[in-house]
Amino acid sequence: MCGIIGVIDRTRARMDGSSIKKALSLMNERGSGEGAGYVAYGIYPDYPDCYAIHVFFDNLVEPKSKVDEVLHKWGRIVHQEEIPTYEQPCLKREHIPWRYFYKPYTEFIVGSNNPAEDIVKHLVMTVNSTIPGALIFSSGINLGVFKAAGWPEDVADFYRIEDYKGYIWLAHNRYPTNTPGWWGGAHPFNLLDWAVVHNGEITSYGTNRRYVESNGYKCTMSTDTEVVAYLFDLLGRRHGLPSEMVVEAMAPPFWDEIDMLPEKEQKLKRTLRLTYGPALMNGPFAIVVATSKGIVGFTDRIKLRPLVVGENGSRLYISSEESAIRVMDPDVKTIYMPRAGEPVIGRFVQ
Amino acid sequence: MSLGSVPLKYKISIDRDQCMKCMRCVDNCSYGVYRVEDDRILIDSRRCTACHRCISMCPRDAIMLQEKPVDYRSHPLWTAEAREDIINQARTGKIILAGMGNAMDYPIIFDRLVLDACQVTNPSIDPLREPMELRTYLGKKPAKLEFTKSDKGDIELKTELAPNLKLETPIMIGHMSYGAISLNAQLSLAKAVAKTGTFMGTGEGGMHESLYPYQKNMIVQVASGRFGVDINYLERGAAIEIKIGQGAKPGIGGHLPGEKVCSDVSCTRMIPLGSDAISPAPHHDIYSIEDLAQLVRSLKEATEWKKPIFVKIAAVHNVAAIAAGIARSSADAVVIDGFRGGTGAAPKVFRDNVGIPIEAAVAAVDQKLNDQGIRNEVSVIASGGIRNSADLAKSIALGADAVYIGTASLIALGCRVCGNCYRGLCPWGIATQRPDLVDRIDTDVGSQNVANLIHAWTLELSELMGAAGINSIESLRGNRERLRGYMLDEGMLNVLKVDPVGA
Repeated sequence: MCGIIGVIDRTRARMDGSSIKKALSLMNERGSGEGAGYVAYGIYPDYPDCYAIHVFFDNLVEPKSKVDEVLHKWGRIVHQEEIPTYEQPCLKREHIPWRYFYKPYTEFIVGSNNPAEDIVKHLVMTVNSTIPGALIFSSGINLGVFKAAGWPEDVADFYRIEDYKGYIWLAHNRYPTNTPGWWGGAHPFNLLDWAVVHNGEITSYGTNRRYVESNGYKCTMSTDTEVVAYLFDLLGRRHGLPSEMVVEAMAPPFWDEIDMLPEKEQKLKRTLRLTYGPALMNGPFAIVVATSKGIVGFTDRIKLRPLVVGENGSRLYISSEESAIRVMDPDVKTIYMPRAGEPVIGRFVQ
Repeated sequence: MSLGSVPLKYKISIDRDQCMKCMRCVDNCSYGVYRVEDDRILIDSRRCTACHRCISMCPRDAIMLQEKPVDYRSHPLWTAEAREDIINQARTGKIILAGMGNAMDYPIIFDRLVLDACQVTNPSIDPLREPMELRTYLGKKPAKLEFTKSDKGDIELKTELAPNLKLETPIMIGHMSYGAISLNAQLSLAKAVAKTGTFMGTGEGGMHESLYPYQKNMIVQVASGRFGVDINYLERGAAIEIKIGQGAKPGIGGHLPGEKVCSDVSCTRMIPLGSDAISPAPHHDIYSIEDLAQLVRSLKEATEWKKPIFVKIAAVHNVAAIAAGIARSSADAVVIDGFRGGTGAAPKVFRDNVGIPIEAAVAAVDQKLNDQGIRNEVSVIASGGIRNSADLAKSIALGADAVYIGTASLIALGCRVCGNCYRGLCPWGIATQRPDLVDRIDTDVGSQNVANLIHAWTLELSELMGAAGINSIESLRGNRERLRGYMLDEGMLNVLKVDPVGA
C-alpha cells in the first residue's frame, strides 16, 4: 500500500510544491514514514538544455571524485552544487543530495538516434552499478526528483519543495516492504525524461526485468518500480510508440476482448500484445508516469489498486485518493474513476 | 561355456483363492506370461514386463507382481543392472536397446525448484472469478512495432506479423510417429488436441489419411529420413518441425524395425512394406548451421511462408549457442528436448548417458537469447520428462513458451512405462501395429482421457498462476523471481538464474 498523486497544468502554468505536499501528507494512512518523494517538471528554466543530474553521495570524497571523472569523460558540467536542504528533526540525513547541470558530448558515440540521451542513460547505469556511495536518482532536462526516507511533509520541508515551481508534479507516499529506509528506494523513479510513481507490486517483475536487461538497461534499485521507467523509455522513446500504446502494451486488453474487435483493430492489438508480451505488467498496481510532454496514469488489467481522476480547467489530477485531490484543489470540478487498464492522459495544450 | 540365465526381473503370482479363472489375464498379456493347461493358469514370469495390463484387467485383484524377486549379492558399483547388461552383451555382442526415457537415478532438478505465491502485499487472483489467460502464440515475433502515416495522416501499423500457432493452453503433445505408435493412439491424441485447442506432432512417419480431419491441430515433422514427406504432407500441417535430434538419443538417427512396417505404415511413410525405416544420424543436407537455415527457408518457400517452422534439437552441452544459431535463421521456434525425453527405441547407453536435463537446457537457452536481445522474437518449446502441471509451470518460469508432453499423454492412454515399446507387443495398443492390440484403444475414450489430462493441468496451471498474482502466461515466462532453488548447488542456481529459498 502506498499513496500516489500527480498533477499537470495543461497550459504550463507553474505550481509550487506546497499544495502537493499537503495532498501527499493527507495520505499518510497509506505510508509508513519510511519514504516519500516528489518530482517536478519545469523547475530549472535557467538550464533549459542541460541534463539535471541529481546524485545521492555517501560522502563528497571518493564517490564524488569518481562521478566527476566519468561525467568529465562524457561531457561538460555546466554547473554543480549541493541541493539545498534544511535539517528536519524527524528525518535522518543519510546522503548528501547533489546536482549537476550537464551537457554530454554527442559526437562521442555512433549508431544512436539520440546520442545525448543514450550517453546520459549509460552514465546512470554505469554510476549506479559500479560506483559505491553514489546513486543517480534524477537525470532529465528541466526536472528534478526530491526524495528521502521519511514522512511526506518532512521530506518536503527537507528540500523546501515550495521553493520549486513546476507544471507537472508527481508525489509518492511509501509503505515499503522491500528496502525500508533506503533513500534510493523511495519514489519517484526517474530516467531521463521519464518519472514514475507506483503503488503496488509487479508480479511479472522477473519477466519485465529480463526484457529491459535484454535491451541494455541495468536494474540497480532493488525494486520493481524502476522497470516501469525503463519500459516507458524503451517503448516510448526508443521504439517511438505513443503513450496510449505504451500503456496498452503494459496493460493490454484480454484476448476475449481483442477477439471481439473489428479485424483491423484486432490485428493491431494482437500484434502489439505479441510483440510486447514481456512488457506486460502483472500484479496489482496503479502508476502515474510523467514526461516533459505530459502525464499518464493507469492501473493493472483488473484494477487491484485504486486510481481516481480529477479535473478543473487546465489542471488534471490523478491520485490514489479522492480526498488528496480535494485538499489540493477544493474547487475540483470533475471526479471519476478510470476503468482497469484504461490510460488517463494529460497533455499540454498547444 | 553357457552363461546360464539371469534372474527374473519380475515375479507374477496369482492368489488362487481370489482367481475366478475368467482368463482375462491370459487374453490380455501379449508377452505370453500366461497360458492355460488342464484348466489351470500357468505363469511364465520371465516374460513379464510389468506393463500391468493383466493386473488392471483382473476383476478380482488376484494378480500380484514383485520386482527383483531374486537378490544379487549387493554391491554399490556392480549393480544388478550393470551385471545383467554385461551378461547380455557377452551373449549377443550387440548394442542394448531400451524404450521410454532415461532410467538412471539422476537428481531431478524440477523437484528442487519451488514456486511462489502471494501473501498480503499483493492479492492472489482467483481464476474462478477473474480472467486467466493461458493463450500462447508460437512463432516469430517482431522486435518492435513500426507504423506508417497514410495519405490522410492516419497512423497505420506497418509491422506484419509472421504466422503464429495459437494455443489455448501451453501444453502440446510431442512427436510420436505412426509406426512407433499405433494409428489408434495417434487418433486419440489428435482428437484430444483438437478438443483442447492445442497441437500434436506427427513424428517422422507421415500423416495417415484418417488424421486429415485433425490436420489443423497437427505439426508435421521433417526428419533425417524424410519419411512421408511430400508437398501434400507439408501443406496439411499447421506448422512444420525439422527434427535434428531427440533427447533420448542425441546424435544418432532412428530405426523402425521392418516388422512394424505394415502396409498402412509403409504407405504413410512412403517406404516398401516390411523394410526397416532407418533415419540417418545427421540430415544429409545439413552439415552446418547455414544448411539448416537453407532448409528452413526451403520449407517456407514450399509452403509460401504461411506456416511456422520449428527446429527440434536434443539438449546437449552447447544447447544455448546452438539455439541462438537456430533463432537467427528464419525458424519460428526452437524445441529443446531434454535427456529424459522418451523414445520408442534407443540404445540404452545413449538414453541413459547423453545430453543434459531440460531444466538447465531451457534456462540456458532463454538466458542466451535474452543476452542477445532476441528472446521474444523466437519461441522456445521445452520437452523431455514433464510429468505434471508443476513441471509445466517451472518450465515456463525457466523460459519456455510452451511444452511438449509425450510419455504423460501415453500414460493417459494406459501406458504404464514398462519400457518395452521397441518390441511392438504393447498390450495397451500404443506402441504396436498388431491389429488385435491396436483395437484395444477406443479412440473416443482414449481422446477423452488425454483431453482430461490436458484440461486438468491447465486448471492447475491457472491456479498456480493466480496464487502467484499473475493473470497472463506471458508474465510467467522466464520469470525466475517466482522460482526458488531448494538444495541446489550454487553452480546450478547460477545456470538456472534462480535464487535459493530464503533469498
